[in-house]
Amino acid sequence: MQKFLFDLNRDRAVQQEFRADRPAVLNRYDLSAEERGALETGDIGLIYVLGVNGQLLMHYAALLGMPWADYIAAMRAGVSRHGPVRAGVYAMTTGVDEKVANV
Amino acid sequence: MSLVFAGICSHAPGITGRTHLADPLITKEFHDAYRGMGEELAAVKPDALIVVAAEHFGNFFMNNMPSFAVGMADSYQGPIEDPQWLGIPRTTIPGDAPLSLRLIREMMQTVDLAYAEEWKFDHGIMVPLSFLTPRYDLPVIPMNINCQGPPLAPLHRAWALGEALRRAVDSVPERIAVVGTGGISHWPATPDSGKVNEEWDREFLRRWQANNKPAMLSYTDEATYRDAGQGGFEIRTFISVAAAARGRGQVQFYRPIPIFAVGCTVATMSIEA
Ligand SMILES: [Fe+2]
Repeated sequence: MQKFLFDLNRDRAVQQEFRADRPAVLNRYDLSAEERGALETGDIGLIYVLGVNGQLLMHYAALLGMPWADYIAAMRAGVSRHGPVRAGVYAMTTGVDEKVANV
Repeated sequence: MSLVFAGICSHAPGITGRTHLADPLITKEFHDAYRGMGEELAAVKPDALIVVAAEHFGNFFMNNMPSFAVGMADSYQGPIEDPQWLGIPRTTIPGDAPLSLRLIREMMQTVDLAYAEEWKFDHGIMVPLSFLTPRYDLPVIPMNINCQGPPLAPLHRAWALGEALRRAVDSVPERIAVVGTGGISHWPATPDSGKVNEEWDREFLRRWQANNKPAMLSYTDEATYRDAGQGGFEIRTFISVAAAARGRGQVQFYRPIPIFAVGCTVATMSIEA
């Protein structure tokens, strides 16, 4: 998942292809059904909980047209729905209802 | 002695990308301090600027992650991020490949480095440059310390990198400025974004200003992650600058600005033999 987002963030050709045909791009990556579903539908909350590094994820959210406050809210909603972040060093340490920077 | 300037500063993307959500007066005070550092830098007429940054999976990824990397190109592109999102237009930044080569050769005497002839600058370099050299007219030599994907180089190796950098800079006739960019404590790109451990930051800055090597190197990654977030790993860049400058620090600006996701910092350090 991180590999796909790394490629997507760096490469405008991948971004164009992804906009035109998400499944075709995602076929090239080794993804579980859960990961693939999350990427295909732009489920930021689930992708966050699966442990994707925030430095990759925030650009994916921007590419999907999500304003900053919506991105933060989507991650919180993901933790509410799916439980704590499962891997990596971008875990949530604040409460589900907190608004740290007023967003 | 050809190190002519040393400083540290924040690089969080919100500093340029989320100004519309911030208090304009506080933003102005911070941006003015940042630009002031650029004026100080210009006043010593450097021939090149080394930016010791902590990038964020822009160029270096988990398929092949160097602890330390140095750019070796005659020009670089940036930002790698969406320019609208970052609030910085895409541009070409001059480099100096022959100078990079001489510096890398000398640094390699004591520190194993990766080098890169291609490098797209991310916010870790572009945000600082947009204030320090806004006309992008000064050759830049990018350096990266992996602060993103553990395992990370221990802090004493970041110190050793700074020592090697100083020795290399002293070995060339050019006038060189060095700036470290990053943390201090922050939890960027998570729902915690905006959380800052101000007391931890001020204590780190005290240690940095005093150039207290044992105190700066005494943080463990476990404690840093707990007290300062994953963004706190970026203290490595500030530690390298202290090792290179050997002087005493002066903080021009420090203030947590939550919507920028970091305790916004601008500081310089005197250069001692
Ligand atoms: Fe960073």
